[in-house]
Amino acid sequence: MLDFLQRLGRNALLSLGSLGRAGIFLVGSLLGAPRMKGLPLLLKQLYSVGVLSLVIIVVSGLFIGMVLGLQGYNILVDYGSEQAIGQMIALTLVRELGPVVTALLFAGRAGSALTAEIGLMKATEQLSSLEMMGVDPLRQIIAPRLLAGFIAMPMLAMIFSVVGVWGGKMVGVEWLGVYEGSFWSNMQASVDFSDDILNGIIKSIVFGVVCTWIAVFQGYDSVPTSEGISSATTKTVVYSSLAVLGLDFILTAVMFGDF
Amino acid sequence: MTQNPSNYVEVRGLTFARGDRLIYDNVDIDIPKGKVTTIMGPSGTGKTTLLKLIGGQLKPDKGDIWVNGFNVPKLKRKELYELRERMGMLFQSGALFSDINVFENVAFPLRIHTQLPEAMIRDLVLMKLHAVGLRGARDLMPSELSGGMARRVALARAISMDPEMVMYDEPFTGQDPIAMGVIVQLIRLLNDALGLTSVVVSHDIQESLSITDHLCIVADGKVMGQGSPQELRSSGNAFVKQFLNGLPDGPVPFHFPATDYAEDLLRGDQDAGFSTKAW
Repeated sequence: MLDFLQRLGRNALLSLGSLGRAGIFLVGSLLGAPRMKGLPLLLKQLYSVGVLSLVIIVVSGLFIGMVLGLQGYNILVDYGSEQAIGQMIALTLVRELGPVVTALLFAGRAGSALTAEIGLMKATEQLSSLEMMGVDPLRQIIAPRLLAGFIAMPMLAMIFSVVGVWGGKMVGVEWLGVYEGSFWSNMQASVDFSDDILNGIIKSIVFGVVCTWIAVFQGYDSVPTSEGISSATTKTVVYSSLAVLGLDFILTAVMFGDF
Repeated sequence: MTQNPSNYVEVRGLTFARGDRLIYDNVDIDIPKGKVTTIMGPSGTGKTTLLKLIGGQLKPDKGDIWVNGFNVPKLKRKELYELRERMGMLFQSGALFSDINVFENVAFPLRIHTQLPEAMIRDLVLMKLHAVGLRGARDLMPSELSGGMARRVALARAISMDPEMVMYDEPFTGQDPIAMGVIVQLIRLLNDALGLTSVVVSHDIQESLSITDHLCIVADGKVMGQGSPQELRSSGNAFVKQFLNGLPDGPVPFHFPATDYAEDLLRGDQDAGFSTKAW
């Protein structure tokens, strides 16, 4: 029992220590905001974190939109209200699935790559060599990656939702024969800019910050061995996924809960 | 306290521990200006740690580390980074940036720290690469270089800002005889031609002694001896003798501490067993 308490206490202290380090790391990186000279670094990271994630985001968005169209039609048609399929697809994507699924895919595609890249830079002493050249790695390596993640995630989530709506329209209107006018007009009437779209964007910004922060910190804090990097990459995906799902509930409760 | 002007680095009363393990116990080390100083000692004694302490990547538990008039552990972050611009370090692995080519690796510090026009950066980079014999390899990526070439490119990068001191972390390890000979020669040549202070961490005795002006032998958290190679060769210290002559037994015993040999054999199969621990 005493051993158990001891282990529990030690793990709690380690977790708190890690959280503290992550906080200092985030502040240090954001204070080292890139100057104009750092713009090419930011653009390079935006390409690798954002543009290279486009394929998986577009393909996933398309299929999720198509599935929503199919399932939505099957349920709504029983009540004769299949005209509302546009509204259902848009609200589901903009409020929930867009930000959440994009964040989960982002953690798996870009987050794990960021962790592995930074971990390997640490293992091959590239970060140490930067320090010894008088270059702050937080400014040179971490800050552009963090900012790229912050910027890319909301854009990817919006692209996901747009492609999803298009996929839903293909299934609902082109395949299952829902009247196109009702599809769009119902969507237009029910989707509110500030309540739905803005809240969805806020969610994706929060997820972007959390996922990128976890990814770069896990890489920077990893044990510089092959096992260490492998474990850090796994932690990035697991922690990001759990954080996104947990935060989604909290944000949904704050944004859409009636209390 | 002020620093002796003939020393580029002065370590005073340095104490440093990793967890329960004491790496340095109140040691004093001098690194004379304009000379090649070699820090030697058995593996795991903290030679690389000493370079990290001098470069401010680690903070000592106690003591002062004076580098060109600045006490490194007391410097603020900004001052430390400014001081590092005057130091170069050659890492054991080379630590080249794997996503850019040889030319860009050497140009990197110049692009970050100076506002020089592109034409001048090009000339400077080619001069540094020429000094290490790799001007023709400027377009290669780090993955296309051999270990020895990578270390020479890293050396060109380390001297690209014309530092006052260059630290070499195990520069001879894992090199073939030709590459090793080239690096030995380069360290001496660059030190004399550029008026550098060089600190070489190594346990390759012959190579190090052939170029060093000042030698410092560390072991068990202490400085076992420091001075010119001649002084240390004639030293009466048993450890220094064992280390410099590569003797298998002496103050550093050949056998890892164990129970009595005969007693151990007579115990039979009492503690024989198979490890079931899988990899």
